[in-house]
Amino acid sequence: MSEARPLQSVSPLAAFWRDFRRNRVAVVALAVVVAIILLAVFAPFVVPQDPYDLKSLVLRDARRPPGYVGRDGMLHLLGTDSQGRDLLSAIVYGLRISLEMGLMAGAIAFAIGAVVGCSAAYLGGRIEALIMRIVDVQLSFPAILLAFVVAAILGQGKGQLILALVFAQYAYFVRTAHGAAAAERQKDYVQAALSVPMGGWFVITRHILPNSLPPLIVVATVQVASAISLEATLSFLGVGLPATEPSLGMLIANGFQYLMSGRYWIAIYPGVALIVLIMAINLTGDQIRDQLNPRLRK
Amino acid sequence: MASFIIRRLGQALVVLLVMSMLVFAGVFVIGNPVDVLISPDATQEIRRQVIAQYGLDLPLWDQYLHFLRRLLSGDLGTSFVFNMQVGTLIAQKLPATLELTLIAVLFASAVGVPLGIYAGYRPDSIAARVIMAVSVLGFSVPTFWIGLMLIMVFAVQLGILPAGGRGETRTLFGVPFSFLTADGWAHLILPALNLSLFKMSMMCRLAASGTREVMLTDTIKFARAAGISEATILRRHVLKLISIPLVTVFGLELGSTLAFALVTETIFSWPGLGKLIVDSITSLDRPVMVAYLMLVSALFVVINLCVDLAYVVLDPRLRHGRR
Repeated sequence: MSEARPLQSVSPLAAFWRDFRRNRVAVVALAVVVAIILLAVFAPFVVPQDPYDLKSLVLRDARRPPGYVGRDGMLHLLGTDSQGRDLLSAIVYGLRISLEMGLMAGAIAFAIGAVVGCSAAYLGGRIEALIMRIVDVQLSFPAILLAFVVAAILGQGKGQLILALVFAQYAYFVRTAHGAAAAERQKDYVQAALSVPMGGWFVITRHILPNSLPPLIVVATVQVASAISLEATLSFLGVGLPATEPSLGMLIANGFQYLMSGRYWIAIYPGVALIVLIMAINLTGDQIRDQLNPRLRK
Repeated sequence: MASFIIRRLGQALVVLLVMSMLVFAGVFVIGNPVDVLISPDATQEIRRQVIAQYGLDLPLWDQYLHFLRRLLSGDLGTSFVFNMQVGTLIAQKLPATLELTLIAVLFASAVGVPLGIYAGYRPDSIAARVIMAVSVLGFSVPTFWIGLMLIMVFAVQLGILPAGGRGETRTLFGVPFSFLTADGWAHLILPALNLSLFKMSMMCRLAASGTREVMLTDTIKFARAAGISEATILRRHVLKLISIPLVTVFGLELGSTLAFALVTETIFSWPGLGKLIVDSITSLDRPVMVAYLMLVSALFVVINLCVDLAYVVLDPRLRHGRR
């Protein structure tokens, strides 16, 4: 947007928000993301039933269709699963686990990527070449395969799964950070800072990293969404989370066997929740990407 | 040109060697296959015999050297579970996966690229908005979930297509294929569609964003000023300019589709490589895992090599030795 700049300068964040608001789809998507995060954080206070409190489960209420009223008079809006759990409650708790996995993996991969990518661009030479070669080779393998192999090697568990997701995704961040940082490294102000001389670490953290953030943020939105999707896929294949941590993927896997007999809701609704979450994150990320892409600002 | 190819070949070999070490080391960590092979009440003597027979008593590096030597001579070992040559086992499963993957990728490109170019050419039209919205859907929704939906709609509710298996196959060059029979197609269509939707969305979005950027460039302004028709501009200029990322993606996606076949094959019980590796990980069938991973690595290295070479052909800046 090359409008005449108002005399009173607007803060970059406010300007960003002003542009963001113009895309109504993105605003709705952002609202959905925020709502889901709030729902996940306050899950115990929102849902009608604690799905993992075994005392509250009634096996006779198992596999009931949506709208079924349980023996204790509780309305199961989305039906119940194979153990008589209220599906709505199970989904909210599942969202919580899925989000946790996605955000944790995304944050760790972001940190690794930013540090390694910027350092590689700063150091240059052989180290840069070596790091980028490793990253390139890794990027040539699909994330799902890497995550699947690592998850299978490490076994089930939250920590193991996060490690597998990070391993599958950090390379995207390294490459992005490196690309942005290498461009910054050439610019005069960085050269000037280095000739003063300022310490290398100082230049990286104060100058190179902040200016490399925009592309990293775009990658982060995409990668968090894909981490959530990967986690669900791995859990569905049986190499993800253990049964004690029922993420959305596992809920879907549990419902798969009932799909054939027409009890669709056990697998469908967790999937719908998963898709809404992933789509909302992607749509928000799309808008951020378009706003940060200088080539579209014409 | 020749030196470029030789250098890339050398790099490919190094990558393969490193991969073989990583794969071997990684797979060694998964679990002790002795527990799978030998029943718990076997005598110590039998235990020792079996361990020695499979070479599991040797030090790790020795096992690796043996493994490498056998790999180079084309012997991939014997599956612990199926008790047959891993090479034979993989050769049996490979056609099913290749068939599924190729059909999925071709379908994705043939449908995705034209839709994407249109969406990028008229970004404000309703059709473009619908295309982009659906592509976000295809991009966002996990493959396994789409698979479940397809099964639910077409196999359970409508009951018009089978939910799993390969159906009737016909032999071509001594290899059974599904796409040669009507029943085979009926079995093929759901998994292929499932596998292709993600790629299709990806191709579509890539083509759309590429077209959008290219349409703003001077190239197009000049072409229009020269009076070249819009159809020719799209075909001759836009398609050419956006083809570089598309070729990359086509190549890489061919490989990643093989990996995603893991999920699709599991859902649709398609008897291919993906199902084999999922099963072999649960049963700790080490030779099969190693062979599969090496095969996939080799495949990726070859694909990357081809993509690099395609770049040289497509991008004159690279052809004239800027690198």
